Amino acid sequence: MSTLAQEFSKGIFKENPTFRLLLGMCPTLAITTTAFFGFGMGVSVLAVLLCSNIVISAVRNLIPDKVRMPAYILIIAAFVSATDMLLNAYVPDLHKALGIFIPLIVVNCIIMGRAEAFARKNNVVRSILDALGMGVGVTISLTLVGIIRELFGAGSIFGFNIMGSAYEPMMLLASPPGAFITLGILLGLCNFAFKRLGIE
Amino acid sequence: MNLLALIFVAILANNIVLSQFLGICPYLGLSRKLETSVGMGLAVVFVMTMSAIVTWIIDLFLLQPFSLEYLRTIAFILIIAGLVQFVEMVLKKTNPALFRALGIYLPLITTNCTILGVAILNVQSQHNIVETIVYSIATGVGFTLAMVLMAGIRERLELATMSSYLKGAAVTLVSAGILSLAFMGFKGMVAL
Repeated sequence: MSTLAQEFSKGIFKENPTFRLLLGMCPTLAITTTAFFGFGMGVSVLAVLLCSNIVISAVRNLIPDKVRMPAYILIIAAFVSATDMLLNAYVPDLHKALGIFIPLIVVNCIIMGRAEAFARKNNVVRSILDALGMGVGVTISLTLVGIIRELFGAGSIFGFNIMGSAYEPMMLLASPPGAFITLGILLGLCNFAFKRLGIE
Repeated sequence: MNLLALIFVAILANNIVLSQFLGICPYLGLSRKLETSVGMGLAVVFVMTMSAIVTWIIDLFLLQPFSLEYLRTIAFILIIAGLVQFVEMVLKKTNPALFRALGIYLPLITTNCTILGVAILNVQSQHNIVETIVYSIATGVGFTLAMVLMAGIRERLELATMSSYLKGAAVTLVSAGILSLAFMGFKGMVAL
């Protein structure tokens, strides 16, 4: 049995959903044109994951094994709808930018994956820590990709101009091909770093 | 928008995988071999069209009259999950050959975001029923095209020498980027 601290930290490094498990790739590629959008998507995923993990681990003994998938999907979909409406009400700009990827959090494999692999076997406290760790891991990864693409694609980070006015933005990194290439290279660097640090 | 332009946009100019980033998981996971990518592509075309029609009907006749649009996400995902199960059972009874070909891909499709994505896109862009059907089939064909192209590239990549850190997902993503660059060339041909 791993300690509670390990439960939290595994999602950030060892089992980072984006860079290690390759889950939830669609939003990672689609909405990371700026650091802020990446951060916003990460926090939305964190919120849905936290709520669904709490509920699923709390009712884990009540749901019959055969119908667990539809039950999980319903629970997740309810929280996604709530997130959708909250974002629309309080941060309409972000809501507009994330667009179709907010309802699509329902089919984000990170959330379903944690429900299936963790929340249905562990108690509420552990599930909360697991969700927080995984959610923070996703947020860091998405923000990182966003920072790189925004820095080279627009010359700024979180909207603050970094590169100066003489910088000619690389349009490629802001466009769809840039997303694939940035993530591919980051993944390679991550493999390299993890190998060097001795984490498998 | 006329239907030909809709087909062109869905398959090439605005390809669901390479420029809209939907269905990346099966795209990375199942594009290792040509046969599996064709099988998955066909299963997606089939389920996508069926689910788009059903969700379109439900949206028009159930959600909109009672102003229940806020339940769209929940309703659509339930319909899709049910529909996939239903298709699986019907195929098993009526068409065992097709079932064997699509069988293993069908359960995976429930969590394939292209299906839910296209259902929502159809309703959001207010397509009529003909446009919905055409758009869904064309999007599925676009998905299959991207899968098959990628499978071809990956079969070659298996034999290439490269740094061990880049093997697997990393190099696949970079190749997808170059493929996506090629598809960007179609962007200017139709005014969206």
